[in-house]
Amino acid sequence: MKNLPILFCGILLSLALSFMGLVLSSNIQLGGLTPITETLDEDGNAIDGDPLFPVKMLGAAQQGEAVYADLGCVACHTQQVRRSLQLQVDRKGLGPDIEREWGKRHTVARDYVTQGRVLIGSKRVGPDLKTIGERQGDANWQHLHLYNPKITSEGLSIMPRYAFLYETRAIEGTASINALQFEADSAFAPAAGYEVVPTQRAEALVEYLLSLKLNYSLPEAPISE
Amino acid sequence: MSNAPQSNSQSTCTDACVRTVLHEIDGSIRFPALFFVVSAILWLVVGTALTLITALQSYQPGFMSGCEFVTYGRLYPAAVNAMLFGWGCNVIFAVALWIMARLSLAPIRSGGLLIVAGLFWNVGVKVGLFGILAGHLNSAEGLELPGYATPILLIAYAFIGVWGILAFRARQGQGVYVSQWYILGALFWFPWFYTVAEFMVVWFPARGVVQSITSAWFTGNVQNLWLTPMALATAYYVIPKVLGRPIHSYNLALLGFVSLALLGSWTGVAQLIGGPVPIWVSSVGIVASVMMVVPVITVSLNLYLSVKGSRAEIWRSPALRFVMFGIMSYFFASMIGSVMTFRSISEITHFTTFISGQSLHLTYAFFSMVMFGGLYFMVPRLTKVEWPSSTLIFLHFWGSAFGITISVVALLIGGWISGNQMNDAAVPFIDVVQSTLPWLKIRSIGEVCLAVGHIAFALNFFWMLFATGSVRSKQGPTLLESANQEGAA
Repeated sequence: MKNLPILFCGILLSLALSFMGLVLSSNIQLGGLTPITETLDEDGNAIDGDPLFPVKMLGAAQQGEAVYADLGCVACHTQQVRRSLQLQVDRKGLGPDIEREWGKRHTVARDYVTQGRVLIGSKRVGPDLKTIGERQGDANWQHLHLYNPKITSEGLSIMPRYAFLYETRAIEGTASINALQFEADSAFAPAAGYEVVPTQRAEALVEYLLSLKLNYSLPEAPISE
Repeated sequence: MSNAPQSNSQSTCTDACVRTVLHEIDGSIRFPALFFVVSAILWLVVGTALTLITALQSYQPGFMSGCEFVTYGRLYPAAVNAMLFGWGCNVIFAVALWIMARLSLAPIRSGGLLIVAGLFWNVGVKVGLFGILAGHLNSAEGLELPGYATPILLIAYAFIGVWGILAFRARQGQGVYVSQWYILGALFWFPWFYTVAEFMVVWFPARGVVQSITSAWFTGNVQNLWLTPMALATAYYVIPKVLGRPIHSYNLALLGFVSLALLGSWTGVAQLIGGPVPIWVSSVGIVASVMMVVPVITVSLNLYLSVKGSRAEIWRSPALRFVMFGIMSYFFASMIGSVMTFRSISEITHFTTFISGQSLHLTYAFFSMVMFGGLYFMVPRLTKVEWPSSTLIFLHFWGSAFGITISVVALLIGGWISGNQMNDAAVPFIDVVQSTLPWLKIRSIGEVCLAVGHIAFALNFFWMLFATGSVRSKQGPTLLESANQEGAA
């Protein structure tokens, strides 16, 4: 190749094109999305007085999100419900997420606009967690599962233990109200006189997991009854 | 602009004169390049160890899970980043700068600065990896290095990449070689898409899923505009050098380069299919991924035709053997990658280990193997010492070739099986998990083979670097004709 200006322009243009075509244009399309009411009026505007969705996460859940990120949970868990192939006539769907009851509707871009970091993930070594707060609303279940996933999976789970988020200590006086509740004959329960208490990070993480819900409609993705 | 030196009297240099210049160039880049090779190999060893641990953890969750710093969620990104920024980038800096300097007939001036920049790069990678283990990781694939480590990397890169561009500017002679197109392109592309991705995902996160789109764009770019062009540049350099004859077709090479440059950076977003992004985003990615067969077929065909009829040479020369293994893998892995994006296929493979298997196929069986070949060719010319042991080369080749084949096949099959089960909503998720376990176990056997290969390679290299008299006095290149006759040339 002897025509160097063409080589240089080509090199610069090739990446510039995809940058504009994918990154900038999606930022133009999606960067301005805001929370909105579940349904719109005839003119396509938000209805005054109705609550806006998605709702921004509260303090404790937000701390929990940071714990979720720093433990690298995203390496194995997604947080997205894909369109259902069976339910869509236009064959735009992919996968059985809705049939697996991982969500009543698919997720759309607007579901993520209030999140500082987007954790949609790309691998499902474990199940999707977008609606884990609806599927497992029991905080004690979540704690037991984090403390030792084998407790809640009949020993089958391959998730690592996050026991370092918990403290096993001798009961002094009355038992802590936060202590994990084990089943009566559980082999995983601490020795008599001891209790397993979640640390602040565990509390925040569970708060976050419980907050993961997809129980609202959006105009572009209504929950079909 | 930089066309000026063309009419320079030096372009009439004779062959002997060129050889003297090459000798001078090798001398000028000797210490920086060896510094990068040493760093690359040390990172390779670290990355292999981390990968092996995560491979064991993937089916034995109890393995090293007591301590927060070594849980899978942190070790896995640490392993990936050690391989990418530690091994991958260092070996690129070593081989690509050397090729660029040689093809431009331009010695590297003040290589000391290059070593300083390289030191900073490696400090940056170390800071970043400790950051990941300490829990400061980002949640975007390939961008996990914490936001405070990447500025070190980008600044260091500026002072590394610029040497390649300076060498190109100072080039002698008329033509620009195929390898130079690829290296020049990649040297410009990498800092650009890396900075954009850091800005939009890490430093000033864009709103919502724009982050996901940007990071998917980034991972596609790392593959197609950084690792692939550098490996192809190495292949385009090593093959004609070893065989002593030119590349088959200039026009095919041109088509391969142009189509890769045009399509390469559009493919990454295909993985967002079905996700919470506008449908056009993943559709564009799918179209580009399918069209990627054009650069893949043209390049592999061109390189195949260039080596056609030289089976014995390929088998005998360690450099060629590794490079051709890589080119073969490039063809197969890219074909799988293109087919994988069809909706009917990705419906099964999406989110499974099939994706990791295909990506490993490209990054290891193609990129790393070609770069190993480049090192086998380059390092003796820098150290003036031949590879001490052909047995160790033999071990390295078969460890890597067996290991990567086992790993990739296990991940592909395991992913395919679990993908089919996942699509049957009647199969409980825990059963899907259980059915992948045997494949993950097989995969870890592959990782062990890889580790053996890498240790053999590291031993051979350091033996060579600190060679004693008997190795130094060895005559002729170390060939693989028969592994038990060491040094038979």
